[in-house]
Amino acid sequence: MQNHSVEMRGIVKRFGSVTASDQVDFSANAGEIHALLGENGAGKSTVMSMLSGVYRADEGEILIHGQTAKIRSPKDAAMLGVGMVFQNFRLVQTLTAAENIVLGEKSSFWRGSKWIKNKHAEIEALGERFGLHVPVDRPIWQLSVGEQQRVEIVKTLYRGADIIILDEPTSVLTPGEVEQLFETLRVMKKAGKTVIMTTHKMKEVMASSDRISVMRKGKMIATLDTAKTGELELARLMVGREVIITRQEREAVQGKPLLTVNHLEVTADHGRKALEGLSLSVRAGEIVGIAGVAGNGQKELAEVLTGLRAWKSGEIVFDGKPVKTASVRGAIDAGISHVPENRMKSGLAGRLGSVDNLLFKSYRSSEHSRFGILKAAKNRSWSQELVQRFNVKTPELDTPVQQLSGGNQQKLLFAREVSHRPKLMVAVHPTQGLDVGATAGVHELLMELRGSGSGVLLISEDLDELLQLSDRILVIYGGSIIGETDHEHADREEIGLMMAGIRHREENAV
Amino acid sequence: MDFTTQLLIAAISAGTPLLLATLGGILNERAGIIQLGAEGLMLMGAVTTCIVYIRSGSLLLALLATLAVTALLGIIHSFLTVTLRANQTMSGLAMTLFGSGLSAYLGKSISGLPLPGTSPKLDLGWVKSIPVIGDIFGRLDVLTWFSLLLVAALHLLIHHTSWGLHLKAVGDNPATADVMGIRVQMIRYSYVTAGAALIGLAGADMVLAYAPTWNEGLTAGRGWIAVGLVIFARWNPLRALFCAYFFGALDSLGFRIQLLGSAIPPYFLKMIPYIVTILVLMYLGYRNRNKPSGTPESLGTPYIREQRF
Repeated sequence: MQNHSVEMRGIVKRFGSVTASDQVDFSANAGEIHALLGENGAGKSTVMSMLSGVYRADEGEILIHGQTAKIRSPKDAAMLGVGMVFQNFRLVQTLTAAENIVLGEKSSFWRGSKWIKNKHAEIEALGERFGLHVPVDRPIWQLSVGEQQRVEIVKTLYRGADIIILDEPTSVLTPGEVEQLFETLRVMKKAGKTVIMTTHKMKEVMASSDRISVMRKGKMIATLDTAKTGELELARLMVGREVIITRQEREAVQGKPLLTVNHLEVTADHGRKALEGLSLSVRAGEIVGIAGVAGNGQKELAEVLTGLRAWKSGEIVFDGKPVKTASVRGAIDAGISHVPENRMKSGLAGRLGSVDNLLFKSYRSSEHSRFGILKAAKNRSWSQELVQRFNVKTPELDTPVQQLSGGNQQKLLFAREVSHRPKLMVAVHPTQGLDVGATAGVHELLMELRGSGSGVLLISEDLDELLQLSDRILVIYGGSIIGETDHEHADREEIGLMMAGIRHREENAV
Repeated sequence: MDFTTQLLIAAISAGTPLLLATLGGILNERAGIIQLGAEGLMLMGAVTTCIVYIRSGSLLLALLATLAVTALLGIIHSFLTVTLRANQTMSGLAMTLFGSGLSAYLGKSISGLPLPGTSPKLDLGWVKSIPVIGDIFGRLDVLTWFSLLLVAALHLLIHHTSWGLHLKAVGDNPATADVMGIRVQMIRYSYVTAGAALIGLAGADMVLAYAPTWNEGLTAGRGWIAVGLVIFARWNPLRALFCAYFFGALDSLGFRIQLLGSAIPPYFLKMIPYIVTILVLMYLGYRNRNKPSGTPESLGTPYIREQRF
């Protein structure tokens, strides 16, 4: 029997009436990359949080290097050499990268410039060893998400962790950064560290791990050797049923033009040009995908179309009428619905229940209120109906929506946005952070909207999603559309090149 | 001595209580706990100093008693806000109302009685010979020197020591600090308590160096000004020094213009510091519109380890 560096036996954790982790057994070895695979809400993060001391297990025992370990706080975990890179980074935004890395250090009360210089050198050298470049002297708020993650990883290494847990590390990274991360993980593995990575992305698991443990609904389902399994088996284990991933077949669109945007110029928050002469059009019954690396103007485009941001020059015609000024109310009344990038920030009010959240865009109508007074009973039954129709799983209608899983929050948001029969939906990263089942549900909803004659502008970084759903894919780069391809002729590689700013030989007129 | 020098001396004298209270507030808020109880704490500090000094005749005993009483109030504030996670605004306001009421009640017996002495002045002979500087720094009292040293000490503490790093981390992101093995609750308790004691000392300075006897409500809103100065100084001790003296100067400027026999009604002159506050806030808000405000990010938010995000 092999000696595991981490062994968890019969771990149980309850949050109120919910059992997040139910008799979970888990083990990992030194010198391996172990992936913990499961849908969102399967309990992966909960189990790992117990290993790193953030949560305390209600039952069960944890062994580190064969010794029973009592992990009651993150400090205990750190003493045992367990370090965790959280999905929501644990970094102090106002401090520099180096300050964050040495934060837990109790020694050396005085920190003069010499001490800081030595530490900078030490941290840079450590980063170098594992292929991680860290800008030591810049405050975190100035760093990109990828850089922040590197700071987090260097931090765990600096603290001498030999068991390193990464919680959904790839969810915030670009494809290039993901490859770089895996390279780092391999170096760690060679250095004899235990690397545990939670994720719900099967492709990445297959590409990076040695062994895979699959969790579903708080239970450990199986542990497999990566070499002896495949995506289909993993998907079946993860979801508990067969999942078919296919490209949606469809008939060509013949609808009338719904949205036309001509030479749009928009300035972003700090006076930077965000959109430069952007033109596009969406027809009724058409899904237009916008592909591009984050930060090329997608956010601003969505904001302009939904009335959140004013534009400098250019022309927007929606449903035959020119749009003159940016107005959220105007956009809602015109029939533009919005699935925002961050559903908990600008989509839903976390502490309110489902009824209030569903009412946000329609409470003014005579169906829902009269003389400014809400029709409580009617709204309740209306919400109940929507919750059932969109299959939102919530304990009660009044349960604060922040307690729902990401997938159910997104379904609720879609319920609200679809319920008032939009002519156009602007969906920004609609499946970000959702598991396989919930993603399929969102895709179905978008196809239904298309079927009912609405236009959809789908802004996404997930190329597979765009290829699957879009009738046309436009590539945005540096604030304008630099390429277009249709559903039939869409080519991954070509789109990928254009996303990097390399234009297609023949300039495509848009 | 010319008008400017006199004004500077007056500015330091009026600014010192503000400075001490602001530094106390900075310690509080850097740890992530809002301190709106400054007015009450200053009053409690002032009344404790008066009572103990008059009854015992010992300045040292009076100062120790002041620190003890206000530190105790600080512990109560931290128990409410850190352990019980009560609303920090409410707890602070309660502290102010409680302090005003209790100090008025306790102070009745000694109201109007003169103190046996003031804060002793440090005569620095060799400094005195320097023109202007000598006039200003030649005979400052002990508490003023203490406040100046404190500015330097706190600046170094916050920016050049491991403790300072821990303090900033706790105020900005307690969850991160916790994961890094820093004892969030303990740090919050310590700084809230120390901060409250400093604010109490500001009250002591009011009666030892500024107003010679106890009067009900003698701080006249200076606690509130200190609350504003904390924000003004953007939680930075060095800036607190300038802000406090600036306000001290404005405060005494109005008084002096009045002495010159100006026709401006005194009520308008008394408004000067507050009008300037609004103007400066507008200017700073405009200038720093694209920068982080410097506010400790979890100011006002209690920390619970197992809270789900």
